[in-house]
Amino acid sequence: MADAVEVVIGLEVHVELKTESKIFCACSTRFGSPPNTQVCPICLGHPGTLPVLNLKALELAVRAALALNCKVARYTKFDRKNYFYPDLPKGYQISQYDAPLAEHGWLEFRVDGRMRTARIRRVHLEEDAGKLMHDEVTGETLVDFNRCGVPLIEVVTEPDLRSPREARAFMEELRAVLQYAEVSDCRMQEGSLRCDANISLRPRGATDLGTKAEIKNLNSFRALEKALEYEVARQTRALERGERLVLETRGWDEGRQVTVPLRTKEEAHDYRYFPEPDLVPMTLDPEWVEQIRRSLPELPSQRMARFQAEYGLPAYDAGVIVASRRLADFFEECVRHYPHPKTVSNWVMGQVLGYLNSRGLEPEELNFEPERLAELLRMVDEGVISVSVAREVFEEAVSTGKSPRALVEEKGLEQLSDTGALAAVVRQVIEEHPSPVRDYRRGKVKALGFLMGQVMKKTAGKANPQLARRLLEEALATEREETP
Amino acid sequence: MAVSPEEVRHVAWLARLRLTAHEERLFSEQLSNILAHVAKLQELDVEGIEPTFHVLKTLSNVYRPDEVRSWPELREVVQAAPQQRDGLFAVPRVLPEGEDEVSAKNEKDG
Ligand SMILES: [Zn+2]
Repeated sequence: MADAVEVVIGLEVHVELKTESKIFCACSTRFGSPPNTQVCPICLGHPGTLPVLNLKALELAVRAALALNCKVARYTKFDRKNYFYPDLPKGYQISQYDAPLAEHGWLEFRVDGRMRTARIRRVHLEEDAGKLMHDEVTGETLVDFNRCGVPLIEVVTEPDLRSPREARAFMEELRAVLQYAEVSDCRMQEGSLRCDANISLRPRGATDLGTKAEIKNLNSFRALEKALEYEVARQTRALERGERLVLETRGWDEGRQVTVPLRTKEEAHDYRYFPEPDLVPMTLDPEWVEQIRRSLPELPSQRMARFQAEYGLPAYDAGVIVASRRLADFFEECVRHYPHPKTVSNWVMGQVLGYLNSRGLEPEELNFEPERLAELLRMVDEGVISVSVAREVFEEAVSTGKSPRALVEEKGLEQLSDTGALAAVVRQVIEEHPSPVRDYRRGKVKALGFLMGQVMKKTAGKANPQLARRLLEEALATEREETP
Repeated sequence: MAVSPEEVRHVAWLARLRLTAHEERLFSEQLSNILAHVAKLQELDVEGIEPTFHVLKTLSNVYRPDEVRSWPELREVVQAAPQQRDGLFAVPRVLPEGEDEVSAKNEKDG
């Protein structure tokens, strides 16, 4: 059955724009403040107030639309989306309906080494809603409106995604593009990037869409992929049993790893949109839009191509590093100080990402200068420390903020590279272990490993391995000639 | 352009208005008349005329700079609500999405 069926996924993504103030009033957008300390009569929907659009929000939305290859409208306006729910004090959300800011875009992304493209149906501006909490003791619903009125864009894709993996890869690329364009922080855990997914199955080759389910509460890339995998299995099973699927909204239950039917806002599809009379329409000057286009930085896909061409990185490495602008900046800065791209990329993908992942940190939270990594790698090249010591020094430097060179000196981690001192240790090891020495001289090359181990042990791991090996081999060879 | 009493009831429910049977019939008649009156516009030939999205044709592009200013009477605006708890607005319970799986199935038609 799996092969006869095609999975069809479309995404609706909400992205909080990086403005200082809200979209229609001067309240702060800061995350994490005490409840209802960033509110005013406008975002609380008091009668007699008038919203005025934040120009920066419009500019960031245009930037996002251009980064997603959309056609930006010349004429665009706001509409009211009417529904009663306590997260919206006005009884409607100011959004855009039939004249959205931008349409007809696309985004290219990589999945399992292949390039895929998903079309973007539209990008529009709207205001975020407040946050609801439920007090189990009093049975009341409590509302915090700090988030209400924070500018959002909604990005809607065409149903072009064909697997849960593709959906995840698309979202990861979308986040990278929006971060590069400096449109949003895209912090999923803080809710500044949120995603709903529509998923249906249809016989392969069919063009009509099957009955879809809309999945909500997908607040991590993992949740998105897992929830969609669950839905593919659930819908496949239902169709195999000959059941009819119903159009429904479901939510991802992280604890049980299942999707469950949701109680949705009543009359969800009877929003009675009409033009927002409190806001005047926007006529976008094409020259202004072009200026914004010209100010876009190099985007992840372009940077990935450049990393392969300029630094000779394999596609995989380049993809991993450019996925985060901060990581890619870190890499380039480090290569400027230590011009061995492949070595740097190995460290960035191994040690740096390993450190971040083990502590659940984002690359933005890395507190380590690229110059420091360059300094560390140079110490390895100079033979001051071994690679394994360098790894330990890295961990310590990242968590303490100390310079790698200072750490090496402070802890006496320098390799023993003094030929005289090391030669004495080698001689001692040869005297203390006559049996392996005999074995080696009889041609049992493996015995050298044991003797090397003894040298390392005597020097507490600090012997420069190349030098120690050379001295050991020389000593074993000469003494064989002297004492036949 | 007749508006049936059923439609009036539906729209009233969306707007959270409770109407009597008499009002439903009354508004059904009045709304039908209003729509019939406005429908006269349909007789105009609008071939080649751009749709009007907003009546303020001469006014557009009114913006404010991205500057934060906190509202000076913050306490007052929050306390204007009938009920609060620890700085939060307290409202009658709405079920969190997903809490009640059974009612989801029963309430599809609102
Ligand atoms: Zn406000």
